[in-house]
Amino acid sequence: MKQEKTTETNRSLEEDLLQEVIEKTVLSAVTQAAGPSRRQLLVGLGATALTTLISQVLPLEKMVALAADPVGKPEKKNLSVGFIPITCATPIIMAEPLGFYEKHGLNAKVKRAAGWAMVRDWAINKEVDAAHMLSPMPLAITLGAGSLPVPFYMPAVENINGQAITLHNKHKAVKTAADMKGFRFCVPFDYSMHNYLLRYYLAEGGVHPDKDVQIRVVPPPEMVANLKAGNVDGYLAPDPFNQRAVYENVGFIFKLSKEIWDRHPCCAFAISKEFATTYPNTFLALFRSIVDATHYASDSAHRKEIAKAIASTNYLNQPVTVLEQVLTGTYADGMGSIKKDPDRIDFDPYPWHSMAIWILTQMKRWGHLNGDVNYSSIAEEVYRAGECDKIAKELGHPTHEKTMTTHTIMGKTFNPQQPEAYVKSFTIHSMA
Amino acid sequence: MNGRAKRSPWFITAFLLIIFLVGWHVATLRPAFNPQGKTEEELLLLEFNGDIVATDDGNYMWNPEKIKGVPGPLSVLDKVVTELGEAFEKKGTNDHGIAYLVYYTVSRFAVGFLAASVVAIVLGIFLGLNRMLFQAVNPFIQILKPISPLAWMPLLLYTVKDPTMTSVLVVFMASIWPTLATTAFGVNSLKKEYLHVASILQLSWFKRLYKVILPGAAPTIVNGLRISFGSALVAVVPAEMLLGELGVGYLSWIEWNNLDISGVIFAILVVGTVGMILDSGFNKLAGLVTYQE
Repeated sequence: MKQEKTTETNRSLEEDLLQEVIEKTVLSAVTQAAGPSRRQLLVGLGATALTTLISQVLPLEKMVALAADPVGKPEKKNLSVGFIPITCATPIIMAEPLGFYEKHGLNAKVKRAAGWAMVRDWAINKEVDAAHMLSPMPLAITLGAGSLPVPFYMPAVENINGQAITLHNKHKAVKTAADMKGFRFCVPFDYSMHNYLLRYYLAEGGVHPDKDVQIRVVPPPEMVANLKAGNVDGYLAPDPFNQRAVYENVGFIFKLSKEIWDRHPCCAFAISKEFATTYPNTFLALFRSIVDATHYASDSAHRKEIAKAIASTNYLNQPVTVLEQVLTGTYADGMGSIKKDPDRIDFDPYPWHSMAIWILTQMKRWGHLNGDVNYSSIAEEVYRAGECDKIAKELGHPTHEKTMTTHTIMGKTFNPQQPEAYVKSFTIHSMA
Repeated sequence: MNGRAKRSPWFITAFLLIIFLVGWHVATLRPAFNPQGKTEEELLLLEFNGDIVATDDGNYMWNPEKIKGVPGPLSVLDKVVTELGEAFEKKGTNDHGIAYLVYYTVSRFAVGFLAASVVAIVLGIFLGLNRMLFQAVNPFIQILKPISPLAWMPLLLYTVKDPTMTSVLVVFMASIWPTLATTAFGVNSLKKEYLHVASILQLSWFKRLYKVILPGAAPTIVNGLRISFGSALVAVVPAEMLLGELGVGYLSWIEWNNLDISGVIFAILVVGTVGMILDSGFNKLAGLVTYQE
């Protein structure tokens, strides 16, 4: 135990987790073996005292070291990761063809789902081990909004920016939100940044999203087909479906989501708490692959290579030129010009707690959550900012000093310390 | 019968097909790209967006990879050739060749249909032999029968929590009722003399079932199975579409989502071909058990 104290400071993350798991296992094995009469006595000692006692007999330190050798062998190597075919999932998808899972000792295969409800059900029913989700989804699932409550972790954000409001070509005259009254929009999911950003944008322009327009949920891959068929006037959707609408000559890009909130989170990597704690090494290996891949994708020099790697039928099933336009930010906007915006989409894994709090305020604002919300504790439980930074440090990427920051959304500052006041500040809302 | 009627009218079939294909081809022909009246900038934009491609002699032509509107028979043929060429390839988890997709769909269909048929025939015999029970249960059957098998899907998905199992159960739900109802009816309306003879001969219960009841009711049961077969085939395609399970139904949905209409037409052709082969196989089997009074 003395040794442990001296090394505690430079202990890495998986050692902490391993230590915990091994101690717990040994502890429960000992109390089980002791039999009912002595068990009471032992339990009376308290777990810490007991661990100390056991560690004098059993070399717990060594066991941890052995189990963690070399970098914590994954308990489960063959994994399946669910995804939706959109560019937001780029790091999760490309980690398969570009070998990031393999590099971190995993044999992970990505499995394509047709919509968010499907991916959510796969993740809850353990049809997949981890999944690409929208950043509000792990919060909603943990809170039981729209499904049974199952504790989920969101270890990392995938992309920031990279969405857009796309309108049908017949609406080229539209200039502001007020011109959109009576429109029928689609968003990929109820609990999505797309829904909350679209609602925010409309409400800032004086349009009530639940009264003045229709917003319906359509799986991303079906959006262009719906726009083409004239079923909807527009959507706030993930790429490549904004660019694809331009490619098909049916729509134009009205506004990039970065013009609403620059560096907003969108999609994320999610895993059930149960999986993360049952297979801690596998979880960390996956976590590392994702953070590694996300930083790789963030480098604009790699974007063309990535576009080629994920365009095939097995992944996105899209024309390479569409993906290139999205990922490089040099794109046709559908209004007759070619625009250049290298930040159209970017990738940054750090899950700011303040992002989660903003999402929770909007869930409350639009009636997706009722009653009192314990903003910061839910954010800390689901968004694994601390662990994400530890891994970033291991891999040599920049880290962060805080987990909260202020965000500016359409010129208004959001202070994560005052979430309730922020919710109350909106005149347009759907709260009971 | 005279000689003329005996000859198979294959030439009429071929003639109709040719007329259809030529009509389709002509209707989907597209005039060659004409750059006149377009500025350099507009041409660049069209090229950037993948609408046109530069040819070797410095002119432009429509991008053959990007088809607008309904594709012609030649581009569908092209798609058919590529897909069949890769029929046995697996390019990752989400991209399996058409042979695998057909195999997945047919096995899903077969498991659901066979399980439903066994259950339906066993239950049907029980109900058919017991008039009172039949009348007691009949209202339930009448209510459950018209429910679209797909309407069960969310409930099944929620309870079994497994998409593969759910698609099999949707097929099961689609194929159980017609067989159940007709089996019960067939057994119930067996000629009473047959059963009398069986009891005079003092046949055991099993022998009575195999020698008298089943053969007697076979034509009606087969009729029920045929109806079930059709509705199971109809159910398996949309079930795959909704559940995202790899198969020919999912193929057509994925191709539609990707706006690859040649792919959609290819998927439709595959569904038709698979259905036809299964159906003719079933008819051969059915022919073995029917008899003339």
